[in-house]
This record gives sequence, C-alpha cells and structure tokens, in this order.
Amino acid sequence: MGFLDTLLGRTKPVQPNLDALFALPSAAITLEAATGLVPTGAGSVCFRATEGRAFAEIEKDVRDLLAMGAAADAPPIELSTDSYGFTWLLVRRPADQLDALVTDVHAVNSSLADTGFGPQLLCSLVGFAGPAGRLAIVYLYKRGTFYPFAPKGGETRDNALELQVRGAIGDDLKFEPDLSRWFPVWGAPGL
Amino acid sequence: MARTRYAPDRGLTARMTLTIFLLGLVFVGFVAALVGILTAAHASSAAIVFFPVVLGLGLGIGSFYWSDKIALRTAGAREVTPQQAPELHGIVDRICALADMPKPRVAISPTNLPNAFATGRNSKMAVLCVTEGLLGALDRDELEGVLAHEMSHVAHKDVAVMTIASFLGIIAALLVRFSFYGELFGGGDRRGGNNNNGGALPILLIIMLVSIVVYAISFLLIRLLSRYRELAADRSGALLTGQPSKLASALQKVSGDIARIPTKDLRESGAEALNAFYFVPALTGGKSLSTLFSTHPSLERRLAELAKISKQLGQ
Repeated sequence: MGFLDTLLGRTKPVQPNLDALFALPSAAITLEAATGLVPTGAGSVCFRATEGRAFAEIEKDVRDLLAMGAAADAPPIELSTDSYGFTWLLVRRPADQLDALVTDVHAVNSSLADTGFGPQLLCSLVGFAGPAGRLAIVYLYKRGTFYPFAPKGGETRDNALELQVRGAIGDDLKFEPDLSRWFPVWGAPGL
Repeated sequence: MARTRYAPDRGLTARMTLTIFLLGLVFVGFVAALVGILTAAHASSAAIVFFPVVLGLGLGIGSFYWSDKIALRTAGAREVTPQQAPELHGIVDRICALADMPKPRVAISPTNLPNAFATGRNSKMAVLCVTEGLLGALDRDELEGVLAHEMSHVAHKDVAVMTIASFLGIIAALLVRFSFYGELFGGGDRRGGNNNNGGALPILLIIMLVSIVVYAISFLLIRLLSRYRELAADRSGALLTGQPSKLASALQKVSGDIARIPTKDLRESGAEALNAFYFVPALTGGKSLSTLFSTHPSLERRLAELAKISKQLGQ
C-alpha cells in the first residue's frame, strides 16, 4: 500500500495469489518420504461470503461446476459454515489423485477471483494422515504461503510435528515465515 | 487479470485531501507568521515561542511512541492470550489473513461500556482492545465488523496521521497559554517602571491572537479529518468482511447503549480521553453544533455510507 493510500485511508482489498497452490503435489511426495504422512484425498477452500444476491449466485455456480467435474463416481461436494461465519467447500478425491484435488480447489478460486470476489478467499487446506497423527497443509491466499496445522486432542497443536514438516518440505513449498500467522483452524472440514 | 469489485470513494478521498491540504496551509501560515513576528521582536519573546514548540514536540512524540501503553492503561485493559480468549483471537486471525496484515496484540478492558479501539505507533506494535460490554452486546458477525473497522485504522496508520495533525493544535494551544503568562509577567515589569522589554508587549498580544485563530481553525480541521478517517475505516472494514450490514447493526446497538449511559460515569472511567481512537465516541451532546466539533460522524451518516457499500456488493 502506497504512502498516499495510507494518508487518504483507502486500503484496497488484497487480491489472492492462486498459482503457488500447484507446488503442493510434488511437495506431498517429499513429505511422504520424510515423515510417512500421506494425503487423505480431502481438500477444502475457505472463504468469507459477502452479503447480497451476487455472491450467493456465484457460490451456487461454483458448486455446480465442481459437481460436474467430480462426475458420478465421486461423492458430492460438501458445504458448511464454521463457527466464525466462514464458508468451507469440501472436495474429496481418491487419496492418490492429489493433482486432481488441487485442480478442483483451483477451480473454486478462479471462479471467485474472476467474478471479483477474490479478496474473500481466506485459505485452502489439504489433509494428510500418517503414523505421527493428522495434519493439514494450509495455503494462505493473500500471502501465497503455506503452513502446517496439526491438531492434537482438545484444542492443542502438535507444534513438534508442524516444525518437523516445515523442515522436511520447507525447500519445496514457500512456507509462511511469520509464525504468528500460522493461525489454528480447529475442526476445519478436510482435516 | 482478475476483476475487482472495489470501487474507490472519490468524494471521500477528495474531501480528505482538501482537509489535509488546509491543515498544511494553516501550519505553513502559522510558522510564517511566527517567524515574521519574531524577526521584529525582542529575545525574551523568542523564548516564549521556543518553549511551547519544544514542549509540544515532546508531548506529540511521547504520546505517539507510547500510544499503546497509554491507551491500555487509561482503559484499564489487559492483554489476553489465544488460550484466554480463543474466539476473539480466532476472529482477529481471520481478519488479518484476509487483509494480509501482521496480527496485533489483543486486549480486553473490564468496562461495561460497549466500545473498541486500536492503537500503537505502527502495525507491528498495534493493540486491539475491546471492552467486556462490547463482547456481551454484539454477536459474532457484528464483533467481526467492529474488529475489521479497528484493523482498518491500523492499516491507515491513523494514530500517526492524527498525532501529526493534532501537533499544530497542541503548539497553538500552548502558545496561547505561554504568551498569556508572558504578558502578565511583562505587565508587572512595566508597572515597576523598569521597562526594558520595549515592544515585547504588543508582540506577545499578536502571537496570542494568531495562536487563538490558528488553534480554532486547526481544531475544526482536525475534527473534520477525524470524521473522514472514521468513514474511511468503516468503508475498508465493511469491504474486508463483505458484511457492511453487520457493521451497521453493531453501530446501531452500540450507539444506542452509549447515549443511554449517564455522562458522569464516563468521565470518571477516563473514556473521554480516548475518544478519537474509539469505535463510537463516549459522549454525545446536542445535535447541530456538536457534529462540527465531533470526532466521529453521525450515526445516520455512517449507516447511509454502509448501505451504499451493501448495495454495491449485491450487484
């Protein structure tokens, strides 16, 4: 944001960075080799719905689009609203089709971005599971960075596993350097 | 290239530019007048100008640098960890991720008055404070709207902008006081028959009059700027969450509550001192003249602007 924008108080909504998401499938291979964590095949997109008819229509279009792409053999897309009022679209694919999952997620993103609702995108996550527990790789749209989120029982995080994951795939993915932005997504669909 | 739904409010930008320009103009005029007066003056009146400027500079820098600590102490607020207030932190986390901003510290003030403020000299040192009354009065979406409004103040660096803008007023006010005392002192001197400060008396009087005029104009301009910055924060906050109507309903709830509470309690709790940084001002006086002196725009104005944004989002 420029000096004039600050002085005149006109912050613009931040546009999302969509492309970095495609680095995920190759990083997942490294992750499996290093930690034994494998994709669960579930992925989700989180966004803040805006009020008004325009957004409701686009949301419906996105769901139709995904339902078409997933074809008859895949389970339908699940839509839910979390306790913070954010909408989650959960997509499920067979565990070995991470590429297809990322493409689905990207389809949601670009539909929202193309219609001008890109700033409403919060994050996407892809679920992993292994002997060490469950883990989500969360993608922050506005930063174009990833961070791991590993919930342990109750509302505690397995920070050791998270840091281990960063160590394992920190070179493959652009990780979020500011740890205070690794916010928890308790009970997120797809975890 | 992705399409954007962001429509800039050119009218607001133009009005704010004009206000800032006028403030700058008054400042330049004030400095020019002081220099002009002082070149024709005695050394003793130079000191009377020098001290207020140094004192005003010190006050301004001090209150800017320690703005977070001063505001938290005045409000009696304490910082809370994510474990102590998970829901509040969760909302702030999500607003920061949407706006791509560093996360501020979060504090809660044990007051029943529903209000919120953000302060701190930059976005890294920012503190977001809400009162217990606010947490009780609003639902989750309304709280999110208020917090997004406060985060927009942080993004717009409103503490810095308003401190610099108020600086002119502080110096002018101090000069009025100093030249008044200087005149009393000079008057005593003259009565003693030992009149060695020559033409200093009328010069002090001129300085005092110039300062009064500058103070009056800058006061009105600063309040105007403050109101525009509130509207700008409303706008950015509403666009950030995409829920202008939730912010509007929060405003309605909170303003109603504030107006109902007697003024005496507010003065005692020190809420008045923080007005410029608050979500809604803690004291509401009369109707017509008070809008000119107020730090916040009227409720009707804010609701009308939010309704406009709501309409834009629906298209």
